Amino acid sequence: MTDRPLKVLIAKPGLDGHDRGAKVLARGLRDEGFEVVYTGLRQTPQMVATAALQEDVDVVGLSILSGAHLTLLPKICELLRAEGMGDVLVTAGGIIPAEDVPVLKTAGVAEVFGPGTSIGQIAAFMRENARPRDA
Amino acid sequence: MTEPAGSGTGTRLAEEAQGGSRRALSRLLTAIESRTPVAEEALRSLYPLAGGAHLVGITGPPGGGKSTLVAALVAEVRAADRPVAVLAIDPSSPVTGGAILGDRIRMQQYAGDGDVFIRSMAARGHLGGLAGTTAESAAVLDACGFGLVFIETVGTGQSEVEVAAIADTTVVVQAPEMGDEIQAMKAGLLEVADLVVVNKADRPGADRAAMQLRSMLALGEGSEAGLADPSRPRPKRPQVLLASGLDATGVPELLAALDAHHAARANADGPHLARIARARAQVEGILADRTREALWSPARRVTTDALLERVATHDLDPYAAADRLLETL
Repeated sequence: MTDRPLKVLIAKPGLDGHDRGAKVLARGLRDEGFEVVYTGLRQTPQMVATAALQEDVDVVGLSILSGAHLTLLPKICELLRAEGMGDVLVTAGGIIPAEDVPVLKTAGVAEVFGPGTSIGQIAAFMRENARPRDA
Repeated sequence: MTEPAGSGTGTRLAEEAQGGSRRALSRLLTAIESRTPVAEEALRSLYPLAGGAHLVGITGPPGGGKSTLVAALVAEVRAADRPVAVLAIDPSSPVTGGAILGDRIRMQQYAGDGDVFIRSMAARGHLGGLAGTTAESAAVLDACGFGLVFIETVGTGQSEVEVAAIADTTVVVQAPEMGDEIQAMKAGLLEVADLVVVNKADRPGADRAAMQLRSMLALGEGSEAGLADPSRPRPKRPQVLLASGLDATGVPELLAALDAHHAARANADGPHLARIARARAQVEGILADRTREALWSPARRVTTDALLERVATHDLDPYAAADRLLETL
């Protein structure tokens, strides 16, 4: 069976407590037929990387509104690469200034979804860009 | 199935996973979940190495605190420096196939600990509280050195008892608000429990719930002499414990009870029957999958659809349709 559902980790790294967006997305992706591992608030980069590794997810979706994205997101990408998961698609959402987006992309974030992005757009991006799987 | 079974990827992943690569183990579990040829190949080398681990099923109604209790058990197990794995199953949507895997959120404090491996599984349409491939996944974890594996089921109702066939020890977790003693008299889930835990012992009413459970589960005890046929299978007589996953009250006692149950089984002849039951659950699961796959293969699809159409219009009865489909296999 090669048409298994896409598996996505939705996590909120850092210290802000605003998880409505992450929950809406997790729920929306569920309805898109994805298997969504939801780890919620206050995740350290290590927690995100370990969960991605043990769950063997196709996509890591990070929601961040604290302003610490330039510290936390590159760190997560780095840990994923160190764990041999450099091929996992990393996306981010939240309040991220436009000038920071290129920095994040260089660090390994594939796309940044700002306010107003629809669930459908995000799901389509994930379907198109998640790594092809051989096992 | 597009990949040739002998491609070598399965054997390589199995070797790496056994050698301690968590990345390989994780990828292997993905293959197992989707029953790919890679998984088949890997299981061929890993299955003979498994069978030694203690598989503990944790089941009970949704919101009863199973994940929180498992997290507390993992802490207790790690305090004794034993490696431990968790398989946490959550339901898949019958409509979209999607799922929210939300058990792990209670267990995130072990991120830096290489001797804890937590994996969520979507049930993917399998009924009974588990995913169809949970037993094989547990076998892989077993072969990779996890001597203790917690299998947390989907939040169950009264009759999802499949975990008892897979696990060596089955724990039914109840919340204090489980209902009155009539609930405890009903057939089903409580009958397959080796241990019953009244969780959330920090809440009022927990003691009373435990007392009610104990008295109902003890009803009829000692009456074997009065049975029409003493050789008929009898429900288990579970011990009832109080615990709180939240503040870890009663968790050391629960782990001790789990270990004691495991040790007692090692000295009894019941386990062989249990292992036969586990083997049966696995083989039947694979047979069902293969049958389904065959029925919907491009070559047979038209015949299958045509027969279903006839049943839908009441032109043919479902038994006759099933017989005809079996003949085509």
